[in-house]
Amino acid sequence: MTRFLGVTRAVSALFVSVLLAACGPDSTETTTDSPTGLQITGAGATFPEPLYREWIGRYNAEQSDARFSYEGVGSGEGVKRFVAETVDFGASDSAMTDEQIAQVARGATLIPVTAGMVVLAYNLPGIDGELRLPRDVYVDIFKGKIWKWDDPRIVAANPDLDLPSKLIQTVVRRDSSGTTFVFTNHLGTIKPAWRNEGPGVGTLLDWPGGAMTGTGNEGVAHKIKISHGSIGYVEYFFAKRLGLPMATLQNQAGNFVQPDAASGRRTLEAAAAARLPEDLRLFVPDPEAPDAYPIVSLSWLLLYGQYAESEKASALKAAVTWALNDGQPIAEALGYIPLPANIVSAATRALDTIR
Amino acid sequence: MAVNPFQHADSASRVSGPPSGGDYLADSIFRIIALSCAALIVVLILYILWEIGGLALPAMAQHGLSFVSGTTWNVGTQEFGVLPEIWGTLYSSFLALILGGTFGVGIAIFLTQDFIHARLAAVFRTIVELLAAIPSVVYGLWGIYVVIPMLRPVADWLHSELGFIPIFGTELSGPGMAPAALVLAIMILPTVAAITVDAFRRIPYKVKEAAYGMGTTRWEAILKVMLPTASSGILAALVLGFGRALGETMALAMLIGNSNQINLSLFAPANTLASLLASSFPEAGQIEVQALMYAAVVLLLITLIVNIVGLGIQQYTVRKFEGKA
Repeated sequence: MTRFLGVTRAVSALFVSVLLAACGPDSTETTTDSPTGLQITGAGATFPEPLYREWIGRYNAEQSDARFSYEGVGSGEGVKRFVAETVDFGASDSAMTDEQIAQVARGATLIPVTAGMVVLAYNLPGIDGELRLPRDVYVDIFKGKIWKWDDPRIVAANPDLDLPSKLIQTVVRRDSSGTTFVFTNHLGTIKPAWRNEGPGVGTLLDWPGGAMTGTGNEGVAHKIKISHGSIGYVEYFFAKRLGLPMATLQNQAGNFVQPDAASGRRTLEAAAAARLPEDLRLFVPDPEAPDAYPIVSLSWLLLYGQYAESEKASALKAAVTWALNDGQPIAEALGYIPLPANIVSAATRALDTIR
Repeated sequence: MAVNPFQHADSASRVSGPPSGGDYLADSIFRIIALSCAALIVVLILYILWEIGGLALPAMAQHGLSFVSGTTWNVGTQEFGVLPEIWGTLYSSFLALILGGTFGVGIAIFLTQDFIHARLAAVFRTIVELLAAIPSVVYGLWGIYVVIPMLRPVADWLHSELGFIPIFGTELSGPGMAPAALVLAIMILPTVAAITVDAFRRIPYKVKEAAYGMGTTRWEAILKVMLPTASSGILAALVLGFGRALGETMALAMLIGNSNQINLSLFAPANTLASLLASSFPEAGQIEVQALMYAAVVLLLITLIVNIVGLGIQQYTVRKFEGKA
């Protein structure tokens, strides 16, 4: 009888482990088998994931020294895995905090490789014109203070639009996300009460009102697409891909600027020329330039200061150099903002310090 | 001369002979297999409970009952509460049960009480059971692209005309409780219908004959004789359907809107325990995993309570309507 129980226990353990394995996170890595070559794996932000996949696909085809793979798991998880040293490189839309950098014994070098902008995509059937949202209005929409599309403050900014008396359904991120950080950092900068009294600034927060949540940029974009009267924050690329209309936002100078590749690039160029810190952690929570789009952000690769294998370090350096130069036109074609020249040269210098 | 007339048959047939050693062996092997299969199920459930409970223990110790009554889920501040999810789980399952249960029992009556030819009934039954074979994710997609657009004008009208009633208190923007409950109802329909059909089939034909013999009309026979007689089977069907609705994950995660709020309105987005688990697991850190495991334990407990209560009601009806002790 005891032997019989032992067998059942073993069988049930096997069963459970198979079940658990089946329920594990989807493995969506693009790995190309190369038994002899160097395997370099990375994980992090979902926003640049389509771009990194494209880059990896093209770069893997061009050279045979190393095989790269990338898994989009969100910026928060990307930093976590980078700190835990379970990946060769990480990626984050919110860079890393000083405490996080201090936790990495091998040193962390942050290299901006692409940029994006956070847009407010909405779904209002029957409204075709440009929707203008003043600074205080979109803060209050996400605070739940403005909850009808025909609120007098929205109507005042859009006299030409026939706004319906519909509920504003906000859509936010469910997972820890760099996009959320960039967006809330912007909201907290233009309205300090947002930062100090809540909801706060971070990669994940408790949103007021009955906000719908989606996982990943694509999840939020999809929820906006299927919900009438909804508005949510997503990276430009995702809104463009689904053909969602994007609100024109008011910048610090008081001008209304439409989100597109040109306005994003202008904004970054001006900001980098004004101040690009030595560690390349350039945040532009509220750009000053008169024609700047208000919410832009860089997306960083997280590299270790030192690698145990020198081949790994040199393969990574070659790949990132390729991305900073040959990769930028690819980024633009996909709907990302190509990096301005001043950021590329600073990033190349930072790359040289990796051993 | 006393001839045993059974002598010949007795020696010729193994059936009437005493069991041989082989028979005993086959018997005991079968017994062991049956026993081990039964034991395996129990061991597996206990093992899963033990594993999940073990992982949830730190969160249980830390959050205690405030986990069940809390309404925020914030990993940043490590506040975890699942009251909105418990509400959403029970509310959506309950709505689905009302809809799916009514239709399921209706279909069963239609198929078994001589409304259509038996062959046609078999075809219908197969079609209803085919609903069970559709994958959950297909239901979710169907809900997004068919049910939501269809429901939207109805919901808009209900909200504008009857908006003062709390259940129509908000507009339906897209994903929400109503489309989720509707799709859920269709998903539990085959379970409810199939078991209810069996419950009606189990009633001996003479019961119906007796009812007609007493001079009942067809509807009197169905409502006053057949339904009460089948009531324990119908209740079993409803309990199973409710259990399925509680645990349904994928379609709900796609349709309910994943919003952390408690709202009586049918058109507001909500969340359920299962979809919270599904949408949070891939990214969760260690602390959140413990909280999610706690949420899984809560879901298991709800399912257990529902099953026990259902069993109690079922036994009560067996005693009351079917006259069995």
